Amino acid sequence: MNRKYELMFIVRPDMVEEDLNKLISTLESSVSSAGGTAKSEVWGKRRLAYRVGKFNDGIFVLMMIEATGATIHEVERRLRVTEPVIKFLTVRTDEELKRIDKIKKLRDAKKKVSAHPAPAAAPITPAAPEATTETPATAPV
Amino acid sequence: MAEETKAPSASAGASHGESRPERSGGDRPERSGPPRGPRPGGGPGGPREGGRKFFRRKKVCKFCVEKIEAVNYKDVRLLAQFVAESGKITPRRLTGVCTPHQRRLSRAIKQARNIALLPFAGRAQ
Repeated sequence: MNRKYELMFIVRPDMVEEDLNKLISTLESSVSSAGGTAKSEVWGKRRLAYRVGKFNDGIFVLMMIEATGATIHEVERRLRVTEPVIKFLTVRTDEELKRIDKIKKLRDAKKKVSAHPAPAAAPITPAAPEATTETPATAPV
Repeated sequence: MAEETKAPSASAGASHGESRPERSGGDRPERSGPPRGPRPGGGPGGPREGGRKFFRRKKVCKFCVEKIEAVNYKDVRLLAQFVAESGKITPRRLTGVCTPHQRRLSRAIKQARNIALLPFAGRAQ
């Protein structure tokens, strides 16, 4: 079962760009060969919040991976073995994304609901037009 | 009535001195007597008046107000607002963040610490 992950890793700052690109492409290919998809972006050199080993800064790379847990395990093993990689962090994001989607949908639905009944309610109760016109005006704000 | 007007003057005398309470005691009932009728009743609750002076704005959850749903470890600027200078996570009672968001926030901060985006202790160098 494919899941969405975010994998961030830091490589030592003195790594040559070619090597970095090679490393990224090997990781991506290992993911895609296992039936997943990977998209990576290089953040570039950044200051570390604390010293790691003897490094004060590092090159950050973020990979968006959609793959099985076993694949992630394999990628992590590779990162651990690769020497220039100082640190890495994998976060599973599919549940979080699902939750956010749900909230967004709910919000959109609420907007639609609040937009529709406002004009419908006005003609039904003409006796108190002031009250009905006031409530929809304040609701969207 | 006499007792009610005396009560606040006595409390004022305790704080300022003995010469003043006579003036303030004389002024108060004339000016603010009718509208403040019910308040001297709460006069013995002197500390309550003091409480009103320090009007505390109600804290609101930043994430609820600005509708930030995704609290992500990559958003260092956002997370840094909820980290004390020592590097500690600021408690909810100081920031006003609601419980569910604080939970996510603290998780994100811990993740950011792991990947060296935020410091474990002290300021980022």
